[in-house]
Amino acid sequence: MKRLLPVLTVVIALLAVWYIACIPMNVKEVLTTAERAGVTIDPPSAAERRDMGHLALVLRNTDALSGSWSQDRARLPSPHQITAELWKSTWEEEVNGRRGIVRSGSLSKRSLIYHGWITLSATFVGFLIGAGLGVLLAVGIVHSRVMDMSVMPWAIISQTIPIVALAPMIIVVLYSVGINGLIPKAIISAYLSFFPVVVGMVKGLRAPDHMQLDLLKTYNATKSQTFWKLRLPSSVPYLFTSLKIGIAASLVGAIVGELPVQRGGLGARMLGGSYYGQTEQIWAALFVAAGMAALLVWLIGWLEKRTLTRMGMLT
Amino acid sequence: MKTPVIQAKDLNLTFETNDGPVHALKGVNLDIQQGDFVSFIGPSGCGKTTFLRCIAGLETPTGGSLTVNGMSPDNARKARAYGYVFQAAGLYPWRTIGGNIRLPLEIMGYSKQKQAEQVQRTLELVDLAGFEKKFPWQLSGGMQQRASIARALAFDADILLMDEPFGALDEIVRDHLNAELLKLWDRTGKTVGFVTHSIPEAVFLSTKIVVMSPRPGRITDVIESTLPRERPLEIRDSKEFIEIAHRVREGLKAGSEV
Repeated sequence: MKRLLPVLTVVIALLAVWYIACIPMNVKEVLTTAERAGVTIDPPSAAERRDMGHLALVLRNTDALSGSWSQDRARLPSPHQITAELWKSTWEEEVNGRRGIVRSGSLSKRSLIYHGWITLSATFVGFLIGAGLGVLLAVGIVHSRVMDMSVMPWAIISQTIPIVALAPMIIVVLYSVGINGLIPKAIISAYLSFFPVVVGMVKGLRAPDHMQLDLLKTYNATKSQTFWKLRLPSSVPYLFTSLKIGIAASLVGAIVGELPVQRGGLGARMLGGSYYGQTEQIWAALFVAAGMAALLVWLIGWLEKRTLTRMGMLT
Repeated sequence: MKTPVIQAKDLNLTFETNDGPVHALKGVNLDIQQGDFVSFIGPSGCGKTTFLRCIAGLETPTGGSLTVNGMSPDNARKARAYGYVFQAAGLYPWRTIGGNIRLPLEIMGYSKQKQAEQVQRTLELVDLAGFEKKFPWQLSGGMQQRASIARALAFDADILLMDEPFGALDEIVRDHLNAELLKLWDRTGKTVGFVTHSIPEAVFLSTKIVVMSPRPGRITDVIESTLPRERPLEIRDSKEFIEIAHRVREGLKAGSEV
């Protein structure tokens, strides 16, 4: 409850800003619609209005703006329009729709549940590859000076290449060797998520101080004993922190991987929406993606809490 | 005379730094006999910790000879000849007290049953029986340090090396732990090397007090204590105690007047 109030306050403030922003953003289309319905608009010429500022139009036509929040294909659809679209493309589509799971037995290709699942599965596979690779690379970097000097710079460089530019190439190359569908997306997703895991794990595995390493030296412990008994447990809190960043990056990677292919997924849905001016569809997909990211990060956070409690490291 | 457990002959250790060589230890000669309780005392930079680390094989001397149980320190380390207690308890937060004490036993490959026995035995030795399942954060600083002593004792090494183990504790807890440590030493008959910068602590605990001074790190005086083995806390008010403390203080003063 203590956290609910501040969160709710911020949400209300955002919604207020959003509703207000709808007025100038949508004013030109709203005025055109109003004019067609017979309202006198100032200035009356559409050509003249085109070159005018949005705010000026708002101020000169304060009584003709009632359509600002219900405009079809609005530049900025209002929150309730997006909510309606979300409802329509999830529950309505699946439960009541002709193509929905209730009537047809399989998820509708027009529902966000279908597209969300496609993105989520690629995210999961990509995250597993990325996190696994990240941990392995970190172990190598910590134990081998050669790897430390050779792998780390490349890992950093890899993240400076814009993924939007790289994604189509990965897809094309993999397609030419007969791999398509989920795997290319998962690889793009792994490409983004391995990096935070490498950085976090290297830091975590190097977390034990001199004294703790000296202590194991006095026991004449082997390198692998030092790893399993000291380095790995020490790295757990770092691992979870980087996994949280990694899984969010995985989701972004999966969505980016869906843009050039247009075979389903939230990314395809967003790009499709922008082709056809379906702004509500874009926003709805965006919100589903944001909700999924929040859920995934929360899931890792929950796992973190459970693990650290069991390890006795959370007081 | 018996052969000493630890024997240093003309030991040197020089660190090369950007400002030229630093003589951490120069011409150190010392014999430590079986069952001795030896304190190293001196201002910071006198090489007392460095010397202890040399004995432990954690630093490598650059000259002279040093033997532990008749072996080189590195071989003695590999033969697990000593337990080492650091200034901070350094218990693993993800292991219980029992688990922390079990750590060296796991590494050295003791059987599960033997591990449990040793943990029980050493916990009783440091008066922590019943705390086996507690996590370190549930214990006070003094209790954590006792657990770390138990960890050093768990594998029955004959030598116990302690680097300012009570330095971070308040005086009341420190007094208590000093008395406990003496009892423990008396019961187990171990050879103890103990670094401190507290004169009363050194005099109260030791059979032999090694006074050191810095630049270069060297031994300025070795005092054989005349106090009896049995030492209640009140002994610190006795004339004998004060005399030894005085001699230590004189030794420290002489060392700093170079």
